[in-house]
Amino acid sequence: MSFATAPAGADTVLLAQSASGGQRGLTIGLFLAFVAATLYITIWASRQTKSATDYYAAGRSFTGIQNGVAIGGDYMSAASFLGIAGLIALYGYDGFLYSIGFLVAWLVALLLVAELLRNSGRFTMADVLAFRMRQRPVRMAAGVSTITVSIFYLLAQMVGAGALVTLLLGVSGTLTKDLTIVAVGALMIFYVTVGGMRGTTWVQIVKALLLMTGTTLVTILVMFQFNWNISSLLGEAAEKSGKGAAFLEPGLRYATEAQGLTGKLDLVSLGLALVLGTAGLPHILIRFYTVPTSREARKSVIWAIWIIGSFYLMTLGLGFGAAALVGSDAIAKQNPAGNTAAPQLAQAVGEKVAGTTGGTVLLAVIAAVAFATILAVVAGLTLASSSSFAHDIYANVIKRGTATERDEVRVARVSALVIGAVAIALSIFAQNLNVAFLVALAFAVAASGNLPAILYSLFWRRFNTNGAVWAIYAGLTSALVLVAFSPVVSGGPKSLFPDVDFSLFPLENPGIVSIPIGFLAGWIGAMVSSEHNEDKYAEIEVRALTGAGAEKAVSH
Amino acid sequence: MSEVEHRDDGRPRTPQEQLYIDMQRSEQFQRLRRKFRRFVFPMTAVFLGWYLLYVVASGWARDFMGHKLVGNINVGYVFGLLQFVSTFLIAWLYSRYMNRNVDPLADEVRQQIEAAL
Repeated sequence: MSFATAPAGADTVLLAQSASGGQRGLTIGLFLAFVAATLYITIWASRQTKSATDYYAAGRSFTGIQNGVAIGGDYMSAASFLGIAGLIALYGYDGFLYSIGFLVAWLVALLLVAELLRNSGRFTMADVLAFRMRQRPVRMAAGVSTITVSIFYLLAQMVGAGALVTLLLGVSGTLTKDLTIVAVGALMIFYVTVGGMRGTTWVQIVKALLLMTGTTLVTILVMFQFNWNISSLLGEAAEKSGKGAAFLEPGLRYATEAQGLTGKLDLVSLGLALVLGTAGLPHILIRFYTVPTSREARKSVIWAIWIIGSFYLMTLGLGFGAAALVGSDAIAKQNPAGNTAAPQLAQAVGEKVAGTTGGTVLLAVIAAVAFATILAVVAGLTLASSSSFAHDIYANVIKRGTATERDEVRVARVSALVIGAVAIALSIFAQNLNVAFLVALAFAVAASGNLPAILYSLFWRRFNTNGAVWAIYAGLTSALVLVAFSPVVSGGPKSLFPDVDFSLFPLENPGIVSIPIGFLAGWIGAMVSSEHNEDKYAEIEVRALTGAGAEKAVSH
Repeated sequence: MSEVEHRDDGRPRTPQEQLYIDMQRSEQFQRLRRKFRRFVFPMTAVFLGWYLLYVVASGWARDFMGHKLVGNINVGYVFGLLQFVSTFLIAWLYSRYMNRNVDPLADEVRQQIEAAL
């Protein structure tokens, strides 16, 4: 899920300078068809959205399978699709590490979080954290961290979108790029404010099906080229990569021999953030509320694991296929971060099967799928952060629980508009930020700031308000501060500020330090406070495990 | 959800609070809790350990990971693909375990609570 190394702003190189008018028209046409279909769904969904439960949790009326597909749609971002394929195409084996971390992470969500959260919460992550605590401080902390994680993730997608959309449409120039970001942002705001969770979920489902179909098609065509022989695909990829056998082994991108021990620790740090971050991502957590029971939540995670697992397996075919059929040099020339590997591969493999027309059509299809992917993921993120603002900060912190449902939903819609507008503005000014840095940061913050508080809340009797507040703020701040003083921000040629050096922390990924800080701060914070809430813990524990008193689905 | 902030402040418990506390202390619930934790805690340790072993091997055991097994397929890919297999397998095992050992107990306790409320 990384746009690798280069600043996204450098992505102005045009894809296949020959990006033909026909291909461009077809891409735009297919994308507009997706937009038209999803707008129709959104308007239909808005008619079904009456209560707060409808808006925040789609009336809890999706089935496990539907929600499983939607989770896939929310999770498989453009950065997975384009970024991991690109990483594998340029660095071989090392790109594979991302796929594995992102998949194994789902077991944390399945075993420890999904069902218990569904049984004890209503709309947001903070519902579970604040269940047995003093509402205001905990909801404030959880709201701040939800919005922080979502904004970083959102920026990553939007910055990537700006770069990629201009790239794939074969047009360049700052104005076009800015207009594209504004258009993507406007659509995303429309989905969320009008369709709420029901509309957004259907957008995810449609997008997941398109992404899986597109990826499967290209993977099958690639494997067909190599007679379904994985070994010869790898061999060809290694040869065309210009790096030989090293391409198939660890160490080209992460923990290179030159980096020594620091590089290896950085790799472990990244691995930890990937595997522990998923179960702390607010836009993923709120998906568990859209089903009627915890058992449907379980089923949806199992489906999501199958879908996401198959997808990441196919990224191997995409990445190595791109290295073998397009060549690492040709990919790096188009885009130094490798973000265009998948569309370039689509064109190459399409040409092999059905000549120039085949290449044009397949490129257009994959480009349209990439746009759909970006759009769906940003909508999910906007929904998560605006829900948290309305439900946690507005209704419970500002109004102290006296806001009416209508009022809360109105605020949720307005805050989706505001957060969307802020994301659009930030993305335009953040065009030169490294996308990998933003995504990795979102995962590290989720793993350090959210996961410790969630696990303690669900499993530790002695946990209390002070512990939750300390865990969230300490995890969140330590991740942000460590990154600010890391080589990602200053001191190196690829840094955000290459000309100054305040990189006191040697690792690019803060997780190995900030995740333990989050857990430790939560423990100390709870122990130094005299607050006991064992009575209330009895309720959340019994409810979480049995589903007694859990929120029911609404029927229309 | 109730907006009462302190439950452990010496105020008399409501019947509902008392019900959950009694239920939590019951032998039946304790058995449910034990069955749940007995699966998820060790299994979490297993998959996290297995995953970290893979990450650490990618960092430190380069020769081992680069050792070719069949054609161009080396230990690293097989190890990585086994992570996929183990994830699918654990998800399936969890689902089966919960269906058989935890769900029936959870249903019993839930019905008791709902009858009492």
